[in-house]
Amino acid sequence: MKTKKVKSLLVLTMALILLITGCSQPGAQQAPAASSGSENAAASDAPAPGADSTAVGFIFVGAKDDYGYNQAAYLGSVGVEETFPDLKVLRAENVPETAEAERVMEQMIKDGAKVIFPTSYGHLDPALNVAKRHPDVAFFHQGGLKTAENLGTYFGTIWEPVYLAGVAAGKMSETGKLGYIVSVPIPQVLLNVNAFQLGAQSVNPDATTSVVFTGSWCDPGQQANAANSLIDSGVDVLSQHQDCTKTVIETAERRGAMSVGYHADASSLAPEGWITSSIWNWPDLYADMEKTAIEGNFKGSIYDGKYRGTLNDNVVQLTELGAGVPDDVKQLVEEKRAELLEGTLQPFKGPIEDQAGTIRIEDGVTPALDDLEAADFLVKGVIGNIPK
Amino acid sequence: MITDILTGAIRSGTSVMLASQGELISERAGVINLGTEGSMLGGALGGFAVTVWTGNPWLGTLAGGLCGLLISAIHAFLVLTCHANQLATGLTIMFFAMGVTSFFGRGFVSEQIVGFNPVAIPYLSEIPFVGQVLFNHDPLTYLSFLLVPLLWFVLFRSRIGVILRATGEREEVLFANGINPKLVRYAAVLAGGFLAGVGGVQLSVAFTHSWVENMVQGRGVVAVALVIFASWKPIRAMIGAYLFGAAQALQLTVQQAGLPISPFFLFMVPYLLTLAALYIVERRQRSQTPEALSRVFTGTSSG
Repeated sequence: MKTKKVKSLLVLTMALILLITGCSQPGAQQAPAASSGSENAAASDAPAPGADSTAVGFIFVGAKDDYGYNQAAYLGSVGVEETFPDLKVLRAENVPETAEAERVMEQMIKDGAKVIFPTSYGHLDPALNVAKRHPDVAFFHQGGLKTAENLGTYFGTIWEPVYLAGVAAGKMSETGKLGYIVSVPIPQVLLNVNAFQLGAQSVNPDATTSVVFTGSWCDPGQQANAANSLIDSGVDVLSQHQDCTKTVIETAERRGAMSVGYHADASSLAPEGWITSSIWNWPDLYADMEKTAIEGNFKGSIYDGKYRGTLNDNVVQLTELGAGVPDDVKQLVEEKRAELLEGTLQPFKGPIEDQAGTIRIEDGVTPALDDLEAADFLVKGVIGNIPK
Repeated sequence: MITDILTGAIRSGTSVMLASQGELISERAGVINLGTEGSMLGGALGGFAVTVWTGNPWLGTLAGGLCGLLISAIHAFLVLTCHANQLATGLTIMFFAMGVTSFFGRGFVSEQIVGFNPVAIPYLSEIPFVGQVLFNHDPLTYLSFLLVPLLWFVLFRSRIGVILRATGEREEVLFANGINPKLVRYAAVLAGGFLAGVGGVQLSVAFTHSWVENMVQGRGVVAVALVIFASWKPIRAMIGAYLFGAAQALQLTVQQAGLPISPFFLFMVPYLLTLAALYIVERRQRSQTPEALSRVFTGTSSG
């Protein structure tokens, strides 16, 4: 009897732990939506958010040197530091997307910060709560879809360079089989996979992109599994949409496959197989946002709502192509880049078919940015399913 | 395709397998160590750090094993000397290790190492099918192949094994024979921690060549569950670990085949399999549980 009890207890504990460890997905918080003006009367007399700030705060969800998302944001904060040498720069890494983020932001405000950059998607709701309590502080949130009086969001059309990376990958692949390791099916992710496939397909009509979901933004074990499994099945170019990118790139390099990076330039990890990477160029944008806020011009500026930077704005970029990429491919990518910049090339101009062959974007239609950011399908040529 | 799944099963199952063999030793002596997850984390970081510093993955393996051992030593001390509740202690140590390794691991996230790489064994790796599945792995994986029969032999065919199993079943007998069961338990928990640490090293230095905070992601917990699934038998624990690995590999293969099954359902499969196995074992009723798992020896006669 006794032993049976222990075993049941063990099973229970185990289930509990699995629940705890398995449910650390960000962003389940139900914060109230941004207030829409009930406090306007009080706010209009208050000083402009962020004006005359002597300190600025940055919070990151991960490590500043993850060869990925957080590294890009960190470089942005360095840009602010260099542009404003007298400004006190406060940074906090590994800030979870919970009430803990609120605490960190409150502390930064106590330490004098009048401008705050919450840089992770899931920092939005905590930031909205703090923003409500501090109308004199300006917030710039990365990638958010909700805004407030003193909180604007910024992001970039990263799918433009991803399309160019797809062109390079389509040219470089010998098997015509590309792999894309992604986390969870949010529109940002689907949009990138689609852009990559459309780019590859534009130079190699037979190219396919196998997409694999890992369910996590950074689990090296799963990443290595996925990379090995894709390479085993004949994929020779790997790309990814993960926060930490190192494991996949290194695994590809060791196994002789080529790499397309994301978020940051990781060419040093793959001297042989590096093709290119789509990256964020935050320093100039961050510095400009900081300047706008300090000068008291936050309200009415392009940053007080949803700002989206493009390839033209130099907010998103394609890194230099790798040493192993031949000149004709480099030239082709350059031509396509020029067409994108001119606007003569629109990757998502219809007709665009989804995997089942249904037309999702009508012939001749160029979807608006908002429609693109709501992508809920994978284009023809992508192998894999959107988890329901 | 089957070759790929089986190869993937071994690739992703080995770290779990090493940890479950360690936990098996500990449980055979009557101590449940839920801190196995923590020992794996300690091993993953320690092994990675020493490999960065020395450039030698073998030294890294040793260091990782020792880190795992140190973390399990906390468990052993609290449970065996202070008589703390072993489940609560193990859980606490798991979360403690998550914090400690995240803190000390900060500087290692972007480090690159030359870790263990797959080595194809001459001749054997050329055997069709079997060669591909079994003989194209990293050195730690080969060692883990040898570990299982060795552990089986020690447990069931040697005097040490008799002492160990007696500790987990009838400590009074040992006590009467002049052997201190507490010492045996200490040794078993530490050995278990060492193996879990090496499991962590396999994950960081051999499989992924990376350190990221909390990278073990519940594999240590699965290892503990597998021991029960395996009815405390090394070979079954190995099969269980590979089954877990196979479920992960299958999941990826299914996704790539474009079959209309949600990956999020597939993510559950390894855990569902483990839970189902536990249920079946539980139902079988024929108890193979080391009896001492339900009590803690007090140092005098029976508890």
